[in-house]
Amino acid sequence: MSDSRHVTDVVVVGAGPVGLFAIFECGMVRLKCHVVDALDAIGGQCTALYPEKPIYDIPGHPRIDAADLVRALGEQAAPFAPVYHLGQTVDRLDRQDDGAWRVTTSKGVEIVAKAVLIAAGVGAFGPNRPPLPDIERYEGDAVQYYVKRREDFRGKRVVIAGGGDSAVDWALSLVDVAARIMVVHRRPKFRAAPDSEAKLMALADSKRLDLVIPYQLDSLEGDGKSLRAVIVATLDGEKRRLEADTLLPFFGLAMELGPIAHWGLDLERSLITVDPATCATNLPAVFAVGDIVSYPGKLKLILCGFSEAAMAARAIYPLVHPDTPLHFEYSTTSGVPGAAR
Amino acid sequence: MPKMVFIEKNGNRKEVDAPLGLSVLEIAHRNHIDLEGACEGSLACSTCHVIVDGQWYKKLDEASEDEEDMLDLAFGLTHTSRLGCQIKMTPELDGLTVRLPPATRNMMVDK
Ligand SMILES: Cc1cc2nc3c(=O)[nH]c(=O)nc-3n(C[C@H](O)[C@H](O)[C@H](O)COP(=O)(O)OP(=O)(O)OC[C@H]3O[C@@H](n4cnc5c(N)ncnc54)[C@H](O)[C@@H]3O)c2cc1C
Ligand code: FES
Repeated sequence: MSDSRHVTDVVVVGAGPVGLFAIFECGMVRLKCHVVDALDAIGGQCTALYPEKPIYDIPGHPRIDAADLVRALGEQAAPFAPVYHLGQTVDRLDRQDDGAWRVTTSKGVEIVAKAVLIAAGVGAFGPNRPPLPDIERYEGDAVQYYVKRREDFRGKRVVIAGGGDSAVDWALSLVDVAARIMVVHRRPKFRAAPDSEAKLMALADSKRLDLVIPYQLDSLEGDGKSLRAVIVATLDGEKRRLEADTLLPFFGLAMELGPIAHWGLDLERSLITVDPATCATNLPAVFAVGDIVSYPGKLKLILCGFSEAAMAARAIYPLVHPDTPLHFEYSTTSGVPGAAR
Repeated sequence: MPKMVFIEKNGNRKEVDAPLGLSVLEIAHRNHIDLEGACEGSLACSTCHVIVDGQWYKKLDEASEDEEDMLDLAFGLTHTSRLGCQIKMTPELDGLTVRLPPATRNMMVDK
């Protein structure tokens, strides 16, 4: 498949604010980038955790909402025509005989590059999985973290766990197709729009759905593929068995270092140790920037990540263009070089 | 210097210095206690969930609504569950004892 194999200068792992600015800094020194992120959208923590919060410590912006910062960073990177591979994790990092790195994603995309720049933050975003024994074996049909097709739930007995917008909104939506809806939450209060919460309560009053409160998930009962029941328990350990076909756990997103831990990088408390002058890791031609790195005096701030991105791009340059020395130039002198194709 | 005690997942008790004003999460990190804190105390993750010893729980200020909202995303909750990044050391808390929940996600798990 021709569209699943690519060759480029730099693969950026993670499209958070720091990964995005790294595309710009690489572009300014004529390095082309492919960028992979587990999320379906760019922006990392800014997009997934706090898009509407104002940030006050971005130089030159007395106040900027996280979503606006991400939009601006995307725009700043755009002239360099980065190729984004979203909604997939980088699973493998393999060194080829010619010294180049081959990156393989969870969707089977392969990218060969002279250098790798890891801007993976606190790890890949994915669903926050309840730590129930054997839950992975049920994932897919019996346990789903996103509703793909509402029709799949027709006639099913569905347990929805969680107390936020997703739990409430899907309860309201699926009540018309499912045979039975049970909403498991640890307390009577939901984090949802007031009118959605009111609708939920009204449905519960008219017995169209069951609120199973105050309970939390305890375990799953089934044959390892299809589910018979979801066992829930109160804080005092009193259990209840809910006969069900499907469990929808809605506990937000979690970040998992995941595959990065197995690439042979020097790690300290899940952070990659780098040389602060170049952001080089212990692996040749592999660099790391942003929240994922550690060096003496490191601050987990967006602005520090930006500076690291500038240093890493210049350290990567000679690996890609060994015969053309890099002249240091201000952007006021060079302008933004046209799309580096 | 005030002290506090962490009871680790394997039952180990670890008594450590607890400088006034620091959060339980910060104290854990200074002492290499395996408490995650993925969002660095910005109330966006719930990975700093701790179970406070019953006697100490009563001495804490009540959890804010924002903290309760984040606790909704934690697992293995108890009557005395709190977020470690929201508990700040005061002189009254000298001796504070907290347990790490058995079910925190492990950042290193393979997919
Ligand atoms: C509530 C909150 C408020 C904050 N306020 C501020 C503030 O005011 N000022 C400030 O400077 N900072 C603030 N921060 C911190 C700031 O958001 C981080 O420092 C910043 O997001 C780090 O950027 P990053 O690009 O290094 O990583 P991230 O933003 O974490 O992005 C990393 C990306 O990499 C992806 N990824 C990881 N591993 C893989 C993989 N194997 N394959 C594919 N993709 C992968 C992830 O999915 C993620 O999208 C705040 C954080 C939070 C949670
Ligand atoms: S560290 Fe994230 S909520 Fe406490």
